[in-house]
Amino acid sequence: MSAPWPIIRFTVNSESCAVQVPPMKRLLDVLREDLHLTGTKEGCGEGECGSCSVRMNGELVNSCLVPVLQAEGADIQTVEGLALNGKLHPLQQAFLDCGGAQCGICTPGMLMAAAQLIERHPHPSMAQIREGLAGNLCRCTGFMRIFESVLAATTQTAESVPAKALNAR
Amino acid sequence: MCWRGLWCGWLNNASALNLGRDVVCYASTHVAIAVSLPMSTNTTTRIVGAPVPRKEGAGKLLGRALYVDDIERKDMWHGATVRSSIPRGFIRSIEFDRRIDWSQYAVVTAADIPGENHIQLIVADQPCLADGVVNHCDEAILLLAHPDRHKLREAVEAVRVEYDPLPPIFTIEESERQDQTVWGRDNLFKSFLLETGDVDSVWKSAAHIVEGEYRTGAQEHLYIENNGVIAEWSPESGVTIWGSLQCPYYVHKTLIKIFDLPEERVRVVQTETGGAFGGKEDYPSMLASHAALLAMKSGHPIKMVYDRMEDLAATTKRHPSRTRHRTALDKDGKLLAMEIDLATDGGAYATLSSTVLSRATLHAAGPYSCPNVRIRSKSWATNKVPYGAFRGFGAPQAIFALERHMDEIATALGIDPVELRRRNFLHDGDTTATEQVMREPVIMDRLLDRVLHESGYYARRTRFARENPSGTVKRGIGIAAFYHGSGFTGSGERILNSLAGVDVTPEGKVRVLVSNTEFGQGTNTVLTQIAAEAIGIDYDDVTMAAADTGMVPNSGPTVASRTVMVVGRLIERAGLQLLAMLREHAALGTRFTRNEFFSACERYRAAKGEVVSLVRYEAPPGIFWDDEKYHGEAYPSYAWSIHVAQVAVDMVTLSAEVEEFWAVQEVGCVLNPVLATGQIEGGVAQGIGYALYEKVLLQNGHMANNQMTNYIIPTAEDVPPIHVYFEEIPFRYGGYGAKGIGELPHDGPAPAIVNAIKDATGISFHAIPLLPEDLLTELGVRQTAEESATL
Repeated sequence: MSAPWPIIRFTVNSESCAVQVPPMKRLLDVLREDLHLTGTKEGCGEGECGSCSVRMNGELVNSCLVPVLQAEGADIQTVEGLALNGKLHPLQQAFLDCGGAQCGICTPGMLMAAAQLIERHPHPSMAQIREGLAGNLCRCTGFMRIFESVLAATTQTAESVPAKALNAR
Repeated sequence: MCWRGLWCGWLNNASALNLGRDVVCYASTHVAIAVSLPMSTNTTTRIVGAPVPRKEGAGKLLGRALYVDDIERKDMWHGATVRSSIPRGFIRSIEFDRRIDWSQYAVVTAADIPGENHIQLIVADQPCLADGVVNHCDEAILLLAHPDRHKLREAVEAVRVEYDPLPPIFTIEESERQDQTVWGRDNLFKSFLLETGDVDSVWKSAAHIVEGEYRTGAQEHLYIENNGVIAEWSPESGVTIWGSLQCPYYVHKTLIKIFDLPEERVRVVQTETGGAFGGKEDYPSMLASHAALLAMKSGHPIKMVYDRMEDLAATTKRHPSRTRHRTALDKDGKLLAMEIDLATDGGAYATLSSTVLSRATLHAAGPYSCPNVRIRSKSWATNKVPYGAFRGFGAPQAIFALERHMDEIATALGIDPVELRRRNFLHDGDTTATEQVMREPVIMDRLLDRVLHESGYYARRTRFARENPSGTVKRGIGIAAFYHGSGFTGSGERILNSLAGVDVTPEGKVRVLVSNTEFGQGTNTVLTQIAAEAIGIDYDDVTMAAADTGMVPNSGPTVASRTVMVVGRLIERAGLQLLAMLREHAALGTRFTRNEFFSACERYRAAKGEVVSLVRYEAPPGIFWDDEKYHGEAYPSYAWSIHVAQVAVDMVTLSAEVEEFWAVQEVGCVLNPVLATGQIEGGVAQGIGYALYEKVLLQNGHMANNQMTNYIIPTAEDVPPIHVYFEEIPFRYGGYGAKGIGELPHDGPAPAIVNAIKDATGISFHAIPLLPEDLLTELGVRQTAEESATL
């Protein structure tokens, strides 16, 4: 039909990948369809809900808005790359313990946003948590359990969280 | 206070979680939860009441949980839908653009349906595919399938449908007046008349009469996972569906009729479901039928997963409503008579409008004692996408009207809105508008004291009254009191006649056998907690059987806040029955270890066959409901709640923001405090959206803002701190003392917030949603009037 597509190379969860797909194919679809990494979800397809959030070269991106062409040479992390050696990432453990996931469809994207947040702010304030997660919509939790999960993951246990942390805007 | 039954003792001793005698105060304690709990009930430790981790949680957190769009079938094709572009008319012709090679596509129309062209719900009026006529925009007319999903959009646009349009109607008023008759003889889907006492005798002698009209808008569920299914068809095995859905047996019922197949040749399996909120109660029957028809026509498995724009435009939403109140009170503010006229917009087909109207009717008079009540309610047809089930199911609409009206009454009478409510609350032994006697404890006074204390209600109100005159940001505090009936209305649970149970697999797992589904609310976790508790084994030894109509009995739909209370009770009984079976036939001792239990199961299997214990629904004693007169025990139990909202209104930007929120509730026993708290917080957030953010804009009957870009829901930056408190009174006929919880928290936020806006600005708003442009309309009028007055 047409000329073969160029080969695009990048790294996903520390593994080298090469795909030969239309260069404008969304990174989201490449991850899900070509690499079978279905942990990354589509919620809106227009960069509003954040369900497709992945980390690309240390930045949080909506993979539904990234043509795979832009991922050439990039280092990409998806939810499948969070747990190490069969052990839940501290964020995953905290989400499990604190009720941070309900239906679970926003969870992979939410975890990636939270991972980005705590890399930037190892002990985030409530305002930083709210801002850091503002691009990721959750319809189930009302966000309270998610905030608490992030606090728990950053080892701010009940004793060390200022009493009003959750109430501070 | 857990005053009935010993098992709540665990709660009382759970100091680590501060689940104290009177309350579970989880949200404000910030306690990290220990996951490794001792869980053998052969000790005194209890599993119900413990914050055990979500059963399917790890799979969701690792990205391994399989939602329908994550699943591929061999040689699978993709499906798409051609929809009506007009709200009402005859289909004159359907033409296929010759630039497309249609031989590569499967095409399905109404003519391909082997059985009945109707979705089976309450009234079979809604076609699966339009046949000659359309009654709303985005109604499905024709289906296409192709191996490459990227080829479908262009193909859908290449199908040209020509119409002979008919005039549409879009509002309750147009439907009432019968500007056009668009459904049945008179556009009326359903009406109810509920009457107690003698309302008409009161008006003349009443000290006060207060009237008001209140409106609520449509609301989109906005589950983050859109509707989606995969269908397979073969002449031998019939139809199989995997899908994102709430009620496998609803889909099953429709497919049997669409394909004219015997029950055993239709199988429906729920996949991991990314939110539902009622939005996947009835619509999946439509979508599954479409995919299955394409599977039959193409000979391939078919995946149909809507994108966001299609999901928003074509699937159900919350019913818009209009409620008129006329209320008589004595000089002390005691209710003498309530006359309530409630109307909902049902959209183009009957779907669930009659049952939504029923619940609205039964919640319209609220948690108050009034000797004379008359409620007339009607649901009307319009040329819009049918409205459907959404968390609360008519109650949020009715409660918005009533709880706003209570504040209007308070203003009219010069009584404190808190005090007005307190003077009229239902108590034990009182009767409701259906003359149901409150035989279980009613503790509205205690809930009120609690929420006033926790929120510092009066201190805040005083402070805002002092600070507001000097600032451009005006703060206010508002309250709403309400109940939510748990389970199906009236005789509904008897008619459902649910069957549920547990079995034990040869691999040594106890499985919960129900058709009830997990879509975030915690079904898997709480039902396995209940089974483990009843049997006396570890939480990890219990698993859920797949929600697959080929494997599990029909334990009813996952709706109406019924799962934990009604189905949980069935699982509790099934677990106890299993123990009795094992004691009688396999010499299981009174006390046993894990190994002794599973050994007894194997002895039972060798002697009797499958180890399975099923039980059927039994209504609590003394429940009587008259469907004709709408009289009697409307619900087996009620959950009770009071919400308080603090709101700030910026008089420059005209945005209203909820700054803090308190929710106190009595939902029977709390079986998992983390999940229960999450239900309340999530419901409150959705209620905040209902009040202040979420507006469905229609243009000629088509949703114009069918994108997340312009249909706005609360984000992490918008949701205020939400404080959640439980008071526990075990309900003896609910699973381990539980009542319903899921819908309750959506009932209160909207009126509490709009009451707070009134407290802040002095202006009464009578309709939601209340976006800045709506505030502008009202405040602009006010300011113009003030300016004129000063000139």
